[in-house]
Amino acid sequence: MKKNEVPQDDANMLEGKFREPCYALDENGNYTTIRSVGWEPKNIIMQDAWDVVNDRIEEVKQEVINGRLSPIAYYMEKNLMDTKILASYIGLWRFTVKKHLKMKVFDKLTDDVLNKYADTFDIKLETLKNKELF
Amino acid sequence: MQIDFKHKQSAHCENGVSSNLFTYYGINLSEPMIFGIGSGLFFSHLPFLKVNHIPVTSFRPLPGIIFKRAARRLGFKMKKKRYSDPYRAMSELDKKLEEGTPVGMLVGVYNLTYFPKPYRFHFNAHNLVVHGKEEDNYLISDPIMETPTSLTSKELRRVRYAKGVFAPNGHMYWAEKIPKQVNLEEAIIQGIQQTAKDMLTIPVPLVGVKGIKFLAKRIRKYPKKLGERKAGQYLGQVVRSQEEIGTGGAGFRYMYAAFLQEAADILKQPFLRDLATEMTAIGDLWRDFAVETARIVKKRSRLENPYDGVADMLLVIAEKETQVFQKLRKLKKI
Repeated sequence: MKKNEVPQDDANMLEGKFREPCYALDENGNYTTIRSVGWEPKNIIMQDAWDVVNDRIEEVKQEVINGRLSPIAYYMEKNLMDTKILASYIGLWRFTVKKHLKMKVFDKLTDDVLNKYADTFDIKLETLKNKELF
Repeated sequence: MQIDFKHKQSAHCENGVSSNLFTYYGINLSEPMIFGIGSGLFFSHLPFLKVNHIPVTSFRPLPGIIFKRAARRLGFKMKKKRYSDPYRAMSELDKKLEEGTPVGMLVGVYNLTYFPKPYRFHFNAHNLVVHGKEEDNYLISDPIMETPTSLTSKELRRVRYAKGVFAPNGHMYWAEKIPKQVNLEEAIIQGIQQTAKDMLTIPVPLVGVKGIKFLAKRIRKYPKKLGERKAGQYLGQVVRSQEEIGTGGAGFRYMYAAFLQEAADILKQPFLRDLATEMTAIGDLWRDFAVETARIVKKRSRLENPYDGVADMLLVIAEKETQVFQKLRKLKKI
């Protein structure tokens, strides 16, 4: 790839926070780096991966609204976690965390336990208790 | 307090931290040089190891290995430590900074506040250097960023104790012994020889050029086995590892070509420059593979059998890489 061929296809994937160095050839055939804001094929593939994640979050959200799953399930998905990662953050067994994903069990949880979840998700205890989803 | 640490952006965090740390100690090497000396080029496809339900494909060795090899070959001695107590991990860091030592560390990217959202997932092997503290703010040189940045002690503690695969547990490292002089020629040759050997001879079908052929074989089965949606995701994941932050384009192949160019001059062996040109062409083929994959994901491929089409592209790449590494394997000191 030559210097002037380094793609600059901005899909706001980097949110303007930085540009990525790409290795490319200069006029004399020597390597140099050019900062790039993105490349279309990569943007397409990333967007596709995020669509899958967002669909899944939306599905779980509906399940919470229907009262089958607890808000913990929603915030777990939203934070791209699975029960394994979440359990290690909370410091509980995985099967305990799995139980907490059920609305019936969630309603009986103490503030102590809920606080740990709220901390991990970086939300307020009240938000979790009031089953607010955002 | 603040250490006079020079921040330079790089494509890949591990190369970048190594390059910046070594430069601080007076050994000024570019990112491609660190990458080549640390034998950073690799390939593996591990269908049984899944992240987010998708098999892992990687264009580099396990995290930490490039740094370890580069440090060893250049004569650095590094000290590593992990701490079970997060508060102790922070006070030990403060002590090191007081002594005037820049400290490298592993962190999780999910809670790195300065990272763009689309790139924040539970990846725990990101490297950065802490080079000072002003009140409650730690001065951070993160090689991914164009300029130095900072984190509050709470933010830093959070990312140092991220959980999940490769949980960092406060892992930090610093230089204990600094080499008086570096035998650069020897380090380069060792780096190249190991890369060539690893790409060609590891007797496992999942890694090296065999791994590329293995992936091709798996890809042919994707549409039937997984259905269209999932097949696209599996294939897309390969391109994500190839192009996402840190590879400098084409799964490190361009960066490696840059290294071969520099090596040609230092070792005075012009044939390495020709191999750099071949490696660039291979990089272009990887980019073509990414373009075709994106078309498949968007359902715009014009190929009759798209998955066979991209699998064939990979076989060509595997063949060409075999040739380059066979030539590199014969490299000797002159």
